[in-house]
Amino acid sequence: MTAPLLTVENLRVSFPTHSGRVEVVKGLSFTLGRERLGIVGESGSGKSMTGRSILKLIRKPGLVTADKLNFEGIDILDQNEKQMRAIRGARISMVMQDPKFSLNPVMTVGEQIAEALVTHQKLPRRDVQARIIEMLHAVRINDPERVARLYPHEVSGGMGQRIMIAMMLIPEPELLIADEPTSALDVSVQAQVLDIIDELVRNKGMGLILISHDLNLVSRYCDRILVMNAGHVVEECAAGQLANAQHPYTRGLLAAMPVINETRDELPVLDRTQWAGT
Amino acid sequence: MNAIELNNLDISYGDTKVVHGINLAIAEGESFALVGESGSGKSTILRAIAGLAPDWTGAISIMGKPRSHGVDHRVSRQVQMVFQDPYGSLHPRKTIDAALTEPLAIHGIGNRGERVEAMLTAVGLDQRFRFRFPHQLSGGQRQRVAIARALMLEPKVMLLDEPTSALDVSVQAEILNLLKRLRREQGLTFLLVTHNLPVVSFLCDRLAVMKQGRVVEIADVAQLKAGDLKQPYSRELLAATEGG
Repeated sequence: MTAPLLTVENLRVSFPTHSGRVEVVKGLSFTLGRERLGIVGESGSGKSMTGRSILKLIRKPGLVTADKLNFEGIDILDQNEKQMRAIRGARISMVMQDPKFSLNPVMTVGEQIAEALVTHQKLPRRDVQARIIEMLHAVRINDPERVARLYPHEVSGGMGQRIMIAMMLIPEPELLIADEPTSALDVSVQAQVLDIIDELVRNKGMGLILISHDLNLVSRYCDRILVMNAGHVVEECAAGQLANAQHPYTRGLLAAMPVINETRDELPVLDRTQWAGT
Repeated sequence: MNAIELNNLDISYGDTKVVHGINLAIAEGESFALVGESGSGKSTILRAIAGLAPDWTGAISIMGKPRSHGVDHRVSRQVQMVFQDPYGSLHPRKTIDAALTEPLAIHGIGNRGERVEAMLTAVGLDQRFRFRFPHQLSGGQRQRVAIARALMLEPKVMLLDEPTSALDVSVQAEILNLLKRLRREQGLTFLLVTHNLPVVSFLCDRLAVMKQGRVVEIADVAQLKAGDLKQPYSRELLAATEGG
C-alpha cells in the first residue's frame, strides 16, 4: 500500500458554552489512502465537524487540535489562511448537502464552474469553456452548453447537486469530502448522483470521505466505514462486514431502520443512556 | 364507510394544474400511503384535503360528507395534519402548553389542562415539557408535540406529510412506533406521504404511486413486500430504494 493521503491522529474539536468548552469530536484517529471511507452517525455525532476540520473550515471560537493532521506531507494545522486557499478546492474539495444554498444565485452555472477552475489554474478562455462542457458531460448532464448558461434557480435539485460535483471535481483534487451529498434529493435521484461520484472517484484514483447518516447508503458506496457517536468512533469495519457489526450502537442503528419487507410489529429503539450520548 | 373519498380531483396553484384526475377511496381505519418523487403532487393532495390548497375541482368527501373549499371547522375536528419539519411547524414564541391548548380554545372545548396532560402522556412526553418552548426540545420531541397538537381535537383522520424524514434513524423508529400505537389505540385513519418505501412497509396497508400529478398504480403493501409492483415507474422507485 502507498503512503496514506490523509493521516488524522487524536483530532479534537471544541466549542465554548456557558458551562465551559464542549468537545464535539473527542480524539478521532484514522488514515485514508486512495479509497472510499464512510463516516456514519446521527445528528450531533461530530461527523460533519470532522469533515470541516480537515479543510480547516471551523472558525473561532471553535477550536481544533490534533496530534497529527497531515495531508500528503502538509501539516494542515500549520497552514495560514492564504496557504489553505491553495489547498481548498484544488487539492481537497467538499460537496455540501443542499445545492440550493451552496450555489451562487446570481451567477450562471458555467461562470461558477469556471471560477472554481481559474482560481487555481491559468488557462486560455477557450480551454476553460471546453473543460466546463467536458465536466458537465462527465456528471451526465445532457446538453451541457445550454445548462452552462442557466442560473441555479432554473435547474432541479438533482441537477444542482451534479453541478456542485462538477464544480468540486474540475480542479482535479486528490481528496473529495462529500457531506450528506444526497440527503436533500429524491430517492430516485440519490442513486444517480452517488453513482456519478463513485465513477469519477474511481477513474481519477481520488480519495473519498462520504459523510452520511444512512448506514445502508454508505455501505453500498464505501470500502471502509467509521461509525461515530457523541464524538467518538465506536466502530470501524469493512463495508461488507457491516451486517456483522459488534458495537451495540451500530447494531441498534441497523435494527431501528425499517426494511422493505417489514414483518416486525414494533421497531427496536436505541437505549440512549447506554452511551451517555445526547 | 370511506374515511376519505377523492373523485376526479384536479388541484391547481394559480394557472398551473399540478394534480390531475385523482380517484381514491380510503376506508375508515386504513393506513394509506402516497409515494413518488418531489413534485409529483402527493403533498398537494394532503393540503387540499386539509383545506390549505383551496383551488381544486372534483369532489373531496370526508367521513361520507362532501368537503367545501377552504378552511372548515367541522372538517378540522375530523381531519388533522402533521407536517414534515418539526422545526418549522411549531410557533417559536409559544410554549408547548399554548400550542396544544389553542385548538381546544378555537373549538370551545373545556377541561383543557387535563386534556393537555393526557395528550402529553399519550405521545410519550414527560409533563415537565409542558411549559417549555420548542427550541428547548430535540427534533424527535418536537415531532411528538406536533403529533399531539394534531390529536388534540380527537380527529378520525391523520394526514401525515413525511413525518419522519427530518429525523435521525433511531428517532424515526420511535416516531413510527408511536404512530402505529396511536392508530391502534384510537382507531385512526392515516394518509401518509413519503418517499421512503420501508416506512410504507412498516406503517401502511395500501399505497398509491404517483408521478407528475397522476396516480400510476395502487397496490397492496403485500405486493410491495414481495416486490410485485406492476408499473415500470413503481419498479424503478423500488429498485432505487433497494439500491439495484
